Amino acid sequence: MALDRELVGRSYPPSAVYEVGRAKLAEFATAIGSDDPVHRDPEAARAAGYPDVIAPPTFAIAVSLEAAMIVLDDPDVAIDYSRVVHGEQRFTHHRPIRAGDRLVATTTIEAARSVAGNDLLTARVDLATEAGEAVCTATSMLVARGAS
Amino acid sequence: MTAVRFADLAVGSELPEQVYRVTRADLVRYAGASGDFNPIHWNERVATEVGLPGVIAHGMFTMALAGRAVSDWTGDPGALVEYQVRFGRPVVVPDDGHGAEVTVRGTVGALLDDDRARIDLTVTSNGEKVLSLARATVRLT
Repeated sequence: MALDRELVGRSYPPSAVYEVGRAKLAEFATAIGSDDPVHRDPEAARAAGYPDVIAPPTFAIAVSLEAAMIVLDDPDVAIDYSRVVHGEQRFTHHRPIRAGDRLVATTTIEAARSVAGNDLLTARVDLATEAGEAVCTATSMLVARGAS
Repeated sequence: MTAVRFADLAVGSELPEQVYRVTRADLVRYAGASGDFNPIHWNERVATEVGLPGVIAHGMFTMALAGRAVSDWTGDPGALVEYQVRFGRPVVVPDDGHGAEVTVRGTVGALLDDDRARIDLTVTSNGEKVLSLARATVRLT
């Protein structure tokens, strides 16, 4: 089913708070093979000028992609999740995510169109602290392949 | 403080080439760390049922590896301020004890204001480009 262009600009209620933990950042850094101590040693992070250990740049996806899934629960967004693949990804970091951050994700549909039977949906997730400090904008373009 | 200084860069400067080996175990570990448990990244049966040649790496895992190549070069993962990719082709990861190889090459594509540089990345596996329009912007010192 084709996506309605009127969906563009639709925003969803903010997510529950995601609290960023040191152990999770270390686990993610290990999983991507990074041995940089700024991801796991608070002293090394402070020496590098950060208040606490920082996340690898793509860690934001662990918070943002789940938030973006709220779009697929919208009854007006008639796309089949089982056909969805990740088409593009972009991060804009206002500052690195760090341990102790309490992040709230707000999702907005930035673009929606149908091309050659495929539905293309771009969801922008703005991650901010509870206090409202902008931390990261993660934009995911999802492709729902048309039935063949 | 970055290991690379903005003043030392020119358009066309190259990053050291990095080759990363990716095994099924890496995909399982990444699934757990990222929360993306789509079975096409660990289950051969499901992957082939949906028409893939076999188990494939998470696109976000490949994006993370290319990001590592940039961070290892700048010496500061916090220097990466913008990062975008298009997922072109999947990285097929065979269960053969060796896995796949992902090669990351990077070139300074533009020097920007505020001591920022745009890095254009070429990411290949098995001789084919797996990411396209892969660009990172780093803020250097």
